[in-house]
Amino acid sequence: MTTTTAVGARNDAPTAKKKKSRDRSERAAYLYLIPAYVVFGFFLLYPLLHGVWISLYDWDGLTPATWVGIGNYTDALSDPMLRKAFTHSAVLIVFYAVIPILLALLLTGVMTHATKLKRLSFFRVVIFLPQVVASVVVATTWTAIYAPDGVLNKALSLVGLEAVTRPWLGDFAWALPAVGLIGTWVEIGLCLVLFLAGVSQIEPELYEAARLDGAGAVREFFAVTLPGLRPQIAVAMTLTVVAGLKSFDLIFVATRGGPGTSTTVPGFEVYHRAFDLNQVGSACAVGILLTVVILIVTTLIQRIDPGERA
Amino acid sequence: MSSSRNRILARVGVGLAAVPILLAAACTPGGSTSDSGGPSVKPSSKIATDPAKAGKVSLTVWDINTSGGANDAMVKLNQEFQKKYPNVKINRVSRTLNDTKTTLKLALSGDNPPDVVQANQGYPDMGAFVKAGLLTPLDQYNKVYKWDQKFPKQLLDLNKFSTNGKDWQTGSLYGVSQTGEIVGIYYNKKLMKQAGIAAPKTWADFEAALPKAKAKGLLPIQFGTSDKSPAIHLFGVVQANTAGKQAVRNLVTSKGGEWSDAGTTKAAETVQSWAKKGYLSPGFNGLSGDAASANFAKGQGVFRIDGTWRLAELEKAMGSDVGFMSPPPAKAGAPNVTQGGEGLAWAVTSKSKHPDVAAAYLNFISDAKADDVLAETGNLPAVAPPTYKPKAGTLTADIFSEWKKISENDGLVPYLDYTTPTFYDTLTSNLQQLLGGKQNVKQFTGNLDQDYDGFKSKSK
Repeated sequence: MTTTTAVGARNDAPTAKKKKSRDRSERAAYLYLIPAYVVFGFFLLYPLLHGVWISLYDWDGLTPATWVGIGNYTDALSDPMLRKAFTHSAVLIVFYAVIPILLALLLTGVMTHATKLKRLSFFRVVIFLPQVVASVVVATTWTAIYAPDGVLNKALSLVGLEAVTRPWLGDFAWALPAVGLIGTWVEIGLCLVLFLAGVSQIEPELYEAARLDGAGAVREFFAVTLPGLRPQIAVAMTLTVVAGLKSFDLIFVATRGGPGTSTTVPGFEVYHRAFDLNQVGSACAVGILLTVVILIVTTLIQRIDPGERA
Repeated sequence: MSSSRNRILARVGVGLAAVPILLAAACTPGGSTSDSGGPSVKPSSKIATDPAKAGKVSLTVWDINTSGGANDAMVKLNQEFQKKYPNVKINRVSRTLNDTKTTLKLALSGDNPPDVVQANQGYPDMGAFVKAGLLTPLDQYNKVYKWDQKFPKQLLDLNKFSTNGKDWQTGSLYGVSQTGEIVGIYYNKKLMKQAGIAAPKTWADFEAALPKAKAKGLLPIQFGTSDKSPAIHLFGVVQANTAGKQAVRNLVTSKGGEWSDAGTTKAAETVQSWAKKGYLSPGFNGLSGDAASANFAKGQGVFRIDGTWRLAELEKAMGSDVGFMSPPPAKAGAPNVTQGGEGLAWAVTSKSKHPDVAAAYLNFISDAKADDVLAETGNLPAVAPPTYKPKAGTLTADIFSEWKKISENDGLVPYLDYTTPTFYDTLTSNLQQLLGGKQNVKQFTGNLDQDYDGFKSKSK
């Protein structure tokens, strides 16, 4: 999507001379884009607009709906429960995006210096593995680990930390961080693979120069690796922040928003309102609000990446 | 920079341009169902009770009996039905209750809904379907098949609704149920002996047994509610005792009373004090109902408050070590009262092309012969077959006799989540907070009242 429009954008500054031929080639270019746009329109744009339309009604999903205009939106915005859900999302972004990116950067720094380490690819695979496991499986496994008599609590009491043991997913203060850590575990692999690929694209001369200037590993990391990884960091941030914002599956399987409402997130609220509470209009409104937030956040993130600026 | 902004604006622009076109073309959501919906008065012509004469018929049936004995029973009953009527083909779609709850609504409002579905009782599901005109009233079939003579009135009433979907337990009949279910107290006979606890005859006896078990180092009540619904059963059983059956029935059917009334408040105080005193499994908010049941089966916990649907599972795991009783009454010898009802109602959809065959199917899977099949496969039929005598001293025998006692002596109070469309959510989430010490009793009952009053002011 981005690449196709980017091509169009680059053709955007026509000079009067070449305008005619360019128009023709542009038309041809659009012809090629039609199949993609048809698919996009049918599976994305239409459902999205349909969602906007439903969000303007008070609808239980069965009986005829009543028009409420932006009523669902004003209700949603003044709903303390929903504000809580968005706050939880913000916490999850720390766990889904900030921590994984920092850890993956650290690992990247270490791994680029550990080229002599045997089976490096083995470690990469292990760290990437959570990405390819279905999230329901991930959530089910971690639910067992966090259970009152689960592995985590057993390990803690084994090393004398019995006082710390608790029903992690049933604890009002700890349930959200506990779910967040699952996200951290999942997202690190993605970030790491992106960063390692990025490092291999950095000119080796830059490293040589840094070394000649007497930079140590830390200096080298901040002077060469980190700036060189800006595009990858932007991509990683976009993906992980969006993952954090739209998180649903982990919450659904692990806690169903509980205990109480301490782990509800907007994504779960959409499902919950539509299917548990029969409030389809309100669910759509929440979904649209979430889409808007995600659009704004991703647009902001894209500014980090120098390559994206024309 | 500026081109990227243009790009975004262009994207939004395309979207905005499409909105008016769409809005103009669109009608109200759910509008199409209203044409065919509304109170339907089918069937008007004479009812055909013999599916054999219906020609080649294919019947799509959605049920929730995915596991164990419940699945066995349906496989067997469907086989027998097709053997008796070779011209009828049954397409069975079996999904768990949770999956059904989320997909049934979409299936019913579509153009090609299943013929027979299992719909949950109460306002959130059956009431909503009736209101939208998606189910066929079965009153005429009731006259032919005489369901009202087989089922006790209080059971049949659970499947009734006024045709506008506003009043429950009265009006037209919209389904029949196969099985019965109550919530009661499972007990571990070995551990009771070990703790020196005699079978409680009164509610006070039961409450006195809890500290006794605790003092012996045993877990009094095995309980987990991370999946939220088990807390309703714990609270409901206590509330049935402290508030009394009439008060609870009035609350759930919106006939009167408040959730902050003395009886319900007392129930909230009781369960919260149980949690505080350590009578419930440690970490219950992070323990699922299934996990707690498995722990109980492993011998952890003297009591477990749960429904009769655990019969097959617990009997298999614990053999003769496990017993079942309905919650004891306040005064010894008084009639028992507990939460319960019957399995989900089997209903005929209003768009079914073969309502007569569908109704005959309903009758086939709920008649006396079907009851035998249900009992043999480890289920509790709504009306126990007189010929079926489970071995004395087994869990099955306990459950069959307790069910008979409760269902015939008008001892059922409805599940509390039937109260309003959003009550399941309100109740479970607030119970987790009450039991977890995050909320005091006053906040708890206040939140329930808020949901309840909101629903009442909207519907009346």
